[in-house]
Amino acid sequence: MIFNRVLKDKIAGKTMLFLTILACSSLLLIFAGLIFKSLPVIEKSSFSELLFSSKWHPLKGEFGMLPFISSTLWVTGVSIIIAVPLCILSAIYLSEYAHKRILQLIFPIIDILAGIPSVIFGVWGLILIVPIFGYSILSGGIVLAVMIVPVVIHVMIEVIKTVPSELRDASLSLGATKWQTIKFVVVKKALPGIIAGIVLGLSRAFGETMAVLMVVGNVVKIPHSVMDAGYPLPALIANNYGEMMSIPMYDSALMLSALILFIIIVVFNVFSRLILIRIERNVGYNS
Amino acid sequence: MEQSSHIKVKDLNVYYGQNHVLKNINIEIPNNQITAIIGPSGCGKTTLLKCFNRLIESVDGVRVTGEVLVGGENIYDPKAEVTHIRKKMGLLSQRPFPLPMSIYDNIAYGPKIHGERNKKELDRIVEHYLKEASLWEEVKDRLKTPAGSLSIGQQQRLCLARGLAVEPDIILGDEPTSALDPQSSRHIEQKFIELKEKYSIVFVTHILRQAKRIADYLIFIHMGEIIECGPTKEILENPKEKKTQDYVLGIIS
Ligand SMILES: Nc1ncnc2c1ncn2[C@@H]1O[C@H](COP(=O)(O)OP(=O)(O)O)[C@@H](O)[C@H]1O
Ligand SMILES: [Mg+2]
Repeated sequence: MIFNRVLKDKIAGKTMLFLTILACSSLLLIFAGLIFKSLPVIEKSSFSELLFSSKWHPLKGEFGMLPFISSTLWVTGVSIIIAVPLCILSAIYLSEYAHKRILQLIFPIIDILAGIPSVIFGVWGLILIVPIFGYSILSGGIVLAVMIVPVVIHVMIEVIKTVPSELRDASLSLGATKWQTIKFVVVKKALPGIIAGIVLGLSRAFGETMAVLMVVGNVVKIPHSVMDAGYPLPALIANNYGEMMSIPMYDSALMLSALILFIIIVVFNVFSRLILIRIERNVGYNS
Repeated sequence: MEQSSHIKVKDLNVYYGQNHVLKNINIEIPNNQITAIIGPSGCGKTTLLKCFNRLIESVDGVRVTGEVLVGGENIYDPKAEVTHIRKKMGLLSQRPFPLPMSIYDNIAYGPKIHGERNKKELDRIVEHYLKEASLWEEVKDRLKTPAGSLSIGQQQRLCLARGLAVEPDIILGDEPTSALDPQSSRHIEQKFIELKEKYSIVFVTHILRQAKRIADYLIFIHMGEIIECGPTKEILENPKEKKTQDYVLGIIS
């Protein structure tokens, strides 16, 4: 009887460990696969040429990725600049000021928004945003911002809720106003979580394909302002994979662009984790 | 003005939704003494304490009627300004909650909020109140480290210093020693006895022995009503009400 229970416990533990390892190793497998597939184009031309040249002429065998890389950074940057202040202020309003009922009403709406397929956001962008800002980085950034806002707000509200009410009381009892308390204490305490929310939004924004592809114009050119059209990496892959595969090296170049996207996201996540650790140390989390 | 008591409560009633938790409270808190609020758990001690600085307002669905006069001013008057009322009282909670910043900034927070910008003056204030809370010697070499790195007992003294730094007249404590080890508890009790020269102290406790050790005045609450209040000795030695007798003998707990 006891033996049986212990055995079950062991099996459950081992199974979960195995599944976890499997999930983690899929990350490595993807990475290895992408490297393997993009080796041909890397061997043929130099790394610096592939990364820093803007000459994209597949027929001539030139695969400069800079237009795509910079478009990705631009679109993501614009979306974050729009989304972050919006998210922080809404999350603060909803968790600190709004009546409970309003929160109960809005929270499900936010979650529904978060679950809408991206193609619908794309269509919405085509109808509403493109007529105003054209096919441009700005349009892409706006559509992307609207897409990530619900996810990020959700995380931020959850995080702000975890700040103990006694901590607010401590600040209020010293004669601080509500806004001072929020600014100096609540946000500060919640900062690691708030940043984690932004990172989550950014990671989604980097990889988002459909909605952006529909409104950024897909012109192979390094954008010089937010009103220029762009061609982010995910759009490049989605538009071309399976099409002009007869061109030599083309599929390998697309794999390389996927690898670059992958690396951008990983580097970015590692970087933000380091920042988080620093902040947590500064804020002092033993309390 | 100095003669009249800092806190006077008139016909105070508090409701959480339909739940009537404080019923017709009328009391005066004596100045420069230690007042202990005692009673079985759930009787409304914390609620009463929170009424003194209007922190009760942050609770959802709460309703307060009646008056609380602090320094002669009704703090529940619609025209009353809450931040300046709260500045008159320092608060110690059940568990210490240091603000998410350095030891130095925890103390400087209050004075900064109230407009003190002078670095030298802030340095002086921080040193002075850390000494007042007997914490200075332990932390003077690491003022810039996060307050969360202190031990719980040190954190509670830090919270005391933080409250004193806004120069209140009154110190409120909600079971301020319940999370502390015996030695740190003693430390806080000792501080209270020293501080009553300058401040009026009101604290909640469920430890009768603690009330006996340090309180001059007792308020006994049961089911949201004040059953009896008076000098500690009188209440403990000659309780007039049956319920107080039962509580003192440990029959209600
Ligand atoms: N936020 C709240 N909402 C609803 N009821 C509450 C709330 N806080 C306390 N109460 C109720 O009010 C009564 C008094 O609580 P409290 O003042 O915390 O008691 P004590 O501090 O004496 O243990 C209890 O019955 C408790 O259940
Ligand atoms: Mg209590």
